[in-house]
Amino acid sequence: MRTRSPRVVAVAAPVIVVLLLAGCSSQDAVTGPARVSTADAPIAVKAGDTTCDVATTSLAAGRHTFDVTNTAALVTEVYVYAAGDRIVGEVENVGPATIRSLIVDLPAGEYQVACKPGMVGNGIRTAVIVTGGTAPTLTRDQNLKAAVDSYRSYVESETQALVDTTSAFGAAISSGNLDAAKQAYPTARIHYERIEPIAESFGELDPLIDMRIDDATEGTPFVGFHAIEQLLFEKKTITGAQALATNLTANVGKLAALIKTVDFTPLMMGNGAKSLLDEVAKSKVTGEEERYSRIDLVDFAGNVDGAKHVYTALRPTIQAKDPQLVTTLEQRFSALVDLLGTHAAKPGAAGLIPGSPFVSYDALTPDDVKALAVEVDAISEPLGRISSVVTGG
Amino acid sequence: MTHHDGSDDSASTISRRTLFGLAGGAAVIGAAAGGVGVARSLTGREPAVAFFGPHQAGIATPAQDRLHFAVFDLGPAVSRAGLTALLVAWTNAAARMTAGEDVGTGAVTGNPGTPPDDTGEALDLTASRLTVTIGFGPTLFTDSRGVDRFGLAAMRPPQLSDLPSFPGDALTDAISGGDLCIQACADDPQVAVHAIRNLARIARGTAAVRYSQLGFGRTSSTSSRQTTPRNMMGFKDGTANIKAEDAAAMNSDVWVQDGDGPPWMVGGTYLVTRRIRMLIEPWDSTSLTEQERVIGRTKGSGSPLGRPAEFDPIDLEAKGSNGEPVVDMKAHVRLAHSTNNGGALLLRRGYSFVDGTDEFGRLDAGLFFMAFQRDPRRQFVTIQRSLAGKFNDALNEYIQHVGSGLFACPPGVAPGQFWGQSLFT
Repeated sequence: MRTRSPRVVAVAAPVIVVLLLAGCSSQDAVTGPARVSTADAPIAVKAGDTTCDVATTSLAAGRHTFDVTNTAALVTEVYVYAAGDRIVGEVENVGPATIRSLIVDLPAGEYQVACKPGMVGNGIRTAVIVTGGTAPTLTRDQNLKAAVDSYRSYVESETQALVDTTSAFGAAISSGNLDAAKQAYPTARIHYERIEPIAESFGELDPLIDMRIDDATEGTPFVGFHAIEQLLFEKKTITGAQALATNLTANVGKLAALIKTVDFTPLMMGNGAKSLLDEVAKSKVTGEEERYSRIDLVDFAGNVDGAKHVYTALRPTIQAKDPQLVTTLEQRFSALVDLLGTHAAKPGAAGLIPGSPFVSYDALTPDDVKALAVEVDAISEPLGRISSVVTGG
Repeated sequence: MTHHDGSDDSASTISRRTLFGLAGGAAVIGAAAGGVGVARSLTGREPAVAFFGPHQAGIATPAQDRLHFAVFDLGPAVSRAGLTALLVAWTNAAARMTAGEDVGTGAVTGNPGTPPDDTGEALDLTASRLTVTIGFGPTLFTDSRGVDRFGLAAMRPPQLSDLPSFPGDALTDAISGGDLCIQACADDPQVAVHAIRNLARIARGTAAVRYSQLGFGRTSSTSSRQTTPRNMMGFKDGTANIKAEDAAAMNSDVWVQDGDGPPWMVGGTYLVTRRIRMLIEPWDSTSLTEQERVIGRTKGSGSPLGRPAEFDPIDLEAKGSNGEPVVDMKAHVRLAHSTNNGGALLLRRGYSFVDGTDEFGRLDAGLFFMAFQRDPRRQFVTIQRSLAGKFNDALNEYIQHVGSGLFACPPGVAPGQFWGQSLFT
């Protein structure tokens, strides 16, 4: 596992690197003499099933490259978090035995590298201390701009992941292998759910991708993810899914093109975060959305991820205006993510759905569902206040 | 953040207070009367009950027409500080709503970019004699696994011992027990619902609703000024209730006295709730004679059998011409009577409920029994032991206890204090 071919990475890296910068979009974020060039040796991260080994945990301020090796059995993702779980950088969808690079600018401070096997939960964390140049204090406008930039890159990277995983889903369907197709379904879903409010802003396209059978009318047939879900999971057939998959892939492609035109604003982000949790309350915690596959918790986690990203991106702005709101949101996001984590799929345990990092909705007891609903209601109240905090003067 | 964290934003509010003149001020004056008096605004349209006083309102207050009762469980990660912050926030909100005011910065008067602090459905309505009353369940002191989550186990009063199980109980866990309860009573159902809805909202992240119960048609008179209402069986109920005007009875049977137990409860009382489902269809097809035998009173006037008037004393010794007791040996009034229970009396303050129909199309109806008392072990438990089971109360053929609750209702609060403050200091 330790050895790898640099050639493979060299080719793959430009396509797959996820690059999110700490505050500003250039090295200007880092000041002082401690700046270190990218020529420095990469830092190896071994992301295992229960470990997250970072080769060097004491770094000089500057730009660093983390080379992430997935030694776990599951697909993993690795985040670099600054205080308050603000995402400094992330690399997602790292398959088993795959190596990916993550480049981040790190001003002095305390960071955490989090490995998330199965791409869920708070992750296994390793602390990293960075000394040297500190990031300049940003003005409110700079903080907001950084938040918008961060969210835009998040949405773009999730959109790209949606395009990739939807096309992989389509390929599995084309191969005629029902099991492979079912297994590819949850992976594509999570990326859609993370950006759901943005996708929904395109009123024509969203139903074609995400409609339910109840939304179908004589003029608008049942198509999209859930139409395929019904064939694969309820009717247990791949027949008829190919044409639907072709259209779905095309519509996801159109969505990706449209998302590039979106003018992101703090207000849109705040409202989007609230709307993500409203989605959870309405159609995920109720088990309505994924009625054939029962992967509702995947959608649930996707919505929560999307909302949490908005919050962490806006956190410096909220902190300056309403520190109590930050305290409340920290507590409630952590409670919700921890609770979701208790329903992570465990090999051999009840409710396992191949390809899904979470157990089946049907494996939840009424008490489990109530506990989730309670946390969703709890976080919706403070989330509803973000918009006014980030738009008010 | 505003009132959600317990701070008081009363200074910034324009609310129903402005619509109804000095109602809030009148309510405060009423506080001196001990939570019993009903204050009226200068317009005469605003019946507001005093929130502050030595006893909580909603106990000795003449029973209102409507109930919304909610039971809450605290979240697994809630600390003692989180609990007291909730009690502070709840006390502030309850005081405002009791006076007919909006919660926090109001329903339409806050920052329009944020969700309104108040949900708004009580705008334009009067205070409607709203009372909001809190109780602490046994699990607040020691949870079901024996854990003392809030450092309160040593403060648990002996009177708050778990109720024993009674013969014939058909209790469901989901509508029994609970860490905290809030009783909201008002003459307008929307005002009572508004109170619970807003308190539940404030509690989000700290406590979640375990269950709630709507009630209507008070089933007891708690004041000699009130007529005796009828329950869903068509009978007058609560004729022999303790009346709030009877200070001696209130002190001997309702309010906790010095020396009863932990000092923090002095001036408080204990609440027992029972969701009693009535088997309406069998009851309806029972003859009038049998219905009156089961209850022990006439259905028309409510008089004890063998006596002409409602408030006549029950003669438990009277024999008919056939030599049989006039009041059946298993009649409800006989077995529930204080002479049969070592003198035990209750301040009953229950409500009828109809929650639609069940899966068989039968009315899901009955009595949400609520009784305040000084010591449930001596009072409710004694009486219920007399009543419960196949061999006792004849009424048991037509009723079923499906939910149960026991709560310590702390004494009243003065302005600046919070509910149950004496428990935490």
